[in-house]
Amino acid sequence: MVETKVKNTLFINGNEVEFSNERNLLEVIQKTGIEIPTFCYRPDLTLYGACRMCVVEVEGRGVQASCTMPPESGLKVKTNTERIRRVRKVSLELLLSNHDRECTTCERSGDCELQILSNKYDVKDLRFEKLEEMAEVDDSNPSLIRDSNKCILCGACIRACTEVQGKSVLSFSNRGSKTVCAPAYGSKLEDVDCVYCGQCAAVCPTGALAIKSDVDKVFEAINNDNKTVIVQIAPAVRVALGEQFNIPSGENVIGIMAAALRRAGIDKVFDTSFSADVTIMEEGTELIGRLKSNEKLPLFTSCCPAWVRHAEQNHKNFLNNLSSAKSPQQMFGALAKDVLCKEYNVEPKDLVVVSIMPCTAKKAEAVRPEFSENGVQEVDIVLTTQEVFKLIQSAGVNISKLAPEEMDQPFGEYSGAGVIFGASGGVAEAALRTAYEVVTGKTLENVNFEDARGLNTLKEFSVDLDGKKIKLAIINTLAEADRVIDKINKGEAHYDVIEVMACPGGCIGGAGQPVSCKDRLIKGNRKDGLYKADAKMKLQKSHENPSVKTLYEKHLGEPNGEKAHHLLHTEYEERDIWNVED
Amino acid sequence: MVATKQSLTSEQKSELDRILKEYDYKKSNLIAVLQKVQELYRYLPEEALTYVSVKMNLSPASVFGVATFYSQFSLNPKGKFEIKVCDGTACHVRGSMPVYNAIKKKVGLTGDKITTDCLRFSVETVSCLGACGLAPVVMINDKVYPKMTSDAMTIVLDELMKEDV
Repeated sequence: MVETKVKNTLFINGNEVEFSNERNLLEVIQKTGIEIPTFCYRPDLTLYGACRMCVVEVEGRGVQASCTMPPESGLKVKTNTERIRRVRKVSLELLLSNHDRECTTCERSGDCELQILSNKYDVKDLRFEKLEEMAEVDDSNPSLIRDSNKCILCGACIRACTEVQGKSVLSFSNRGSKTVCAPAYGSKLEDVDCVYCGQCAAVCPTGALAIKSDVDKVFEAINNDNKTVIVQIAPAVRVALGEQFNIPSGENVIGIMAAALRRAGIDKVFDTSFSADVTIMEEGTELIGRLKSNEKLPLFTSCCPAWVRHAEQNHKNFLNNLSSAKSPQQMFGALAKDVLCKEYNVEPKDLVVVSIMPCTAKKAEAVRPEFSENGVQEVDIVLTTQEVFKLIQSAGVNISKLAPEEMDQPFGEYSGAGVIFGASGGVAEAALRTAYEVVTGKTLENVNFEDARGLNTLKEFSVDLDGKKIKLAIINTLAEADRVIDKINKGEAHYDVIEVMACPGGCIGGAGQPVSCKDRLIKGNRKDGLYKADAKMKLQKSHENPSVKTLYEKHLGEPNGEKAHHLLHTEYEERDIWNVED
Repeated sequence: MVATKQSLTSEQKSELDRILKEYDYKKSNLIAVLQKVQELYRYLPEEALTYVSVKMNLSPASVFGVATFYSQFSLNPKGKFEIKVCDGTACHVRGSMPVYNAIKKKVGLTGDKITTDCLRFSVETVSCLGACGLAPVVMINDKVYPKMTSDAMTIVLDELMKEDV
């Protein structure tokens, strides 16, 4: 019998187009190379259908939102008729009617979707008067700015906070024209259980939720002759910054970045992958100790500041299970203010440590009071990937004229294990590479732990460590973390090691990265970029890093030793924001 | 007396627990739970909302969203006498606004304020009480006052003030 495959086709602007498993008409249209404007549509979040920008004309059915319409055989769709253009334009006009239109001073000026679309649709005459009453802007926290005067109520932030992080810090309140998207009781973000992961800002089409910029602080330090300004660059930044310069996502631009930052006036450039290697020395030693004594298991990783804050708020029964090792950012800061200050002969207060992170929560981590010594913070300024792009541009550096450069010494070497910290599973894989060799005394020939890799929010696998079976869970997103912890609390699951990263896919999907919420492929490209960088390196194990070896020999002594513990470990505190018990 | 933010007493908590238990802590019963809580306090205090959300495993922001969406809920303390002046079409054309203004003047409310400082009277307009044949209608707590005028309203309020010393 001959099987005949019935083709599903529909017509877009007169052209017959095949479709199969596309979730909505919008995806089918996009496949044909036609861009449909959207605000509320975010492919990684649930459908909402609120903004009405993606409307198309469907023969016999009138004007329809293409994001919520399933594709059907034989549909005749037109995407750019006069009627459609008018509907979209009126929608834009209405959105702009109660929008704070001070574009030039907006954080998102230039990449604001409302600004871009208004320009594309040639919105010139606004028939509606501008809003008069302005709501207060919330810039109380170090990471994010919430400005409801710029909110278009697309609800993407609410969906991200609920679906990705399981937190629902934001919600719609009030009704009709008084609707706002806000935390409970109209509070400021710092007064509620926000963990500053910034996933709300990562999906915001306008400047209603934006990253708080610290670019000026860096220039002030650069232009102050008394200050030595150094940067550390986090692993995930190198495979994403290029996107802002129209370099494909996933391409490693670390060398060019180092060159550009030096041209911008930065004195020394380092790689956080180095302190990620140090993290493995500390956390790995901690893990081996806990496995031996069978105490405080599962060990939870503590590199992700959004996860740490979330654990402090919601999972206080596991705070002792969190690795006491500081995050790579803070380890680098602590080491810089101690070792580098001696090396360069500068006072800690005159060494300005700038972190370049894919992350908004890192800004909040850096100002935590415990991360300071004699009133000097370990990390002085945190810039996100988006901000470092601004910094390079603002300094007038033309990257097309630059050749890649190396990192500075003495923290100049880093391993591939440190580099993969930027992807979900990377920390666990890096720890396994070292733990295996330390525990078994054998050489690990194949360093790739494929089970740890990938964008799935939960990856579970076991490894054999010298006859002992270790069970691991690799988690990204806090919603997934809550689900797994719930199972552990009920006794339905057991693990020895749990890696948690708050952002989808790990740090590569951090909210400080260039906006990628419209393209589902970008995170995968960035992840592949990191593993490719790792595979290319001779040095793939943290404990073999000569800079790390020298550091311990010259300055720290043993991992988890007294000096190491003082500089590289921390404690956690309960932060039960909504505590209703006595 | 102004309501200040404070933590709930153990009696208040057990009353809230009773309500929550009655509704099985089910998320789908949130509106019913909030109605009961409002019966208890005559409004929805923040602390009670937070308590309810934590116990029902909902985020306070979501519960606040529901509480602010429906006009039946109030986030501010209501007076002992809740006066609802119907301003539906029928009542409006029959002169509900002069009645409304007379009430506000009588109880001493100006501007956007809906509750007197002594927490005795709250005055609000509502869209329709479904008694258009009796327009203009005023409701005080559960009692309906039909075919109201400013003068009649003043007499009613005088009576209430005398009763409630």
